Amino acid sequence: MPEVLRKIVISNSDVISKKWLAEITEKRKPDYNTSISDSLYHTTNQEFINVIFSSINRQGNTGAMDDFAERLINLGWPLSYITEGLQTFRKVTVDFILEQSDQIDSGEFSKILNVVEDWISPIITQLVNEYSGSWENTVSLQRMALRELSAPLIPVMKNITIMPLVGTIDTERAKSIMENLLEGVMKHHSEVVLIDITGVPVVDTMVAHHIIQAAEAVRLIGATCILVGIRPEIAQTIVNLGIDLSKFPTKSTLRKGFATALKITNREIVNLDNANEDVTQILDSLKK
Amino acid sequence: MITKSSVHIKKEWDIVGARQMGRELAKDLGFGTVDQARITTAISELARNIYLYAGSGQIMFEIVEDLNKKGLKIIAVDKGPGIQDVSKVMEDGFSTSGGLGAGLPGVKRLMDYFDIDSAPDKGTVITTIKWVR
Repeated sequence: MPEVLRKIVISNSDVISKKWLAEITEKRKPDYNTSISDSLYHTTNQEFINVIFSSINRQGNTGAMDDFAERLINLGWPLSYITEGLQTFRKVTVDFILEQSDQIDSGEFSKILNVVEDWISPIITQLVNEYSGSWENTVSLQRMALRELSAPLIPVMKNITIMPLVGTIDTERAKSIMENLLEGVMKHHSEVVLIDITGVPVVDTMVAHHIIQAAEAVRLIGATCILVGIRPEIAQTIVNLGIDLSKFPTKSTLRKGFATALKITNREIVNLDNANEDVTQILDSLKK
Repeated sequence: MITKSSVHIKKEWDIVGARQMGRELAKDLGFGTVDQARITTAISELARNIYLYAGSGQIMFEIVEDLNKKGLKIIAVDKGPGIQDVSKVMEDGFSTSGGLGAGLPGVKRLMDYFDIDSAPDKGTVITTIKWVR
């Protein structure tokens, strides 16, 4: 039975293709056709039907289907194009087979459906796999990119290091903050580390807990941690939550924190104009 | 005018999704930046509790109206192990996971209304409301 049907379908592939093309063109949705020209749409349809038939005909070159799927993914065609195309193909094919036979009882009808289903489902599985594989790939690349910019440590001056944090802090990121912080303190011989949370949208108990732990660990290896960039609304939520951040100094801006860091390392910012005046004064006094 | 929307919490990043939705709703309702921060932090705590203790659950949002005020109602629902001693978790500094133990009492202080309904093996429902001032 399957072989007979296969022969019927293959030998009438022209008729089925034509019907399929007509249906699929009619169904063409306005949402994704805007950027696709008519000729490209037509050639892709042609290619799609060829791929389907070669798969049914067991010409067995899955390479052609892979290529086809890859091209669609690269061009950004939606997955719905493929599923819709195959569903239409199933409908057209079953209709065609039923038209060919005069009398069909329900047993035979379900058999026909099963045979056609067996042709279609491996194609759907393969194409959907290709698509989801490409999505997973994108997601994992983005995750890697995110991780790369998760917790940078910048040595701005001898003994002073800054860690600017931007974005949401999750468990994984909290871990890398702690690691980078301790590693950086050892590497740059930092006496003071400034953690800037200006870009952290929400400070809840979990984020606060991680910051407290990181600061405590930094204290244990002999450096001082200053938390800077606490916005007024964040300050209020921290107080509401009842989080105790009194164990280490905190400042509203990076600038104030930096001044404190300089004080801790026995340095200060000197205005050069005044220094020049001092020098000229000394020179003047020497002349006298 | 009761708008309902909800976010499923299954992964850690769903917490961010819930937070974002809450912030948008709060902004639309006319909350100030400080109250927006309070609401998002409260959502963050509730969603994290779901993620940590129950594994999965839901954060639901509702816009509520009373006589002459509007507010945002946040309901956190899970079918997790429930809470053994509700009065204990409302104490500051109590934590079973080594955290700060400021989560639930903190949420109560961040919001205007707070109600918790939980029993062992029955899951937990926490209802909170913040009124627009």
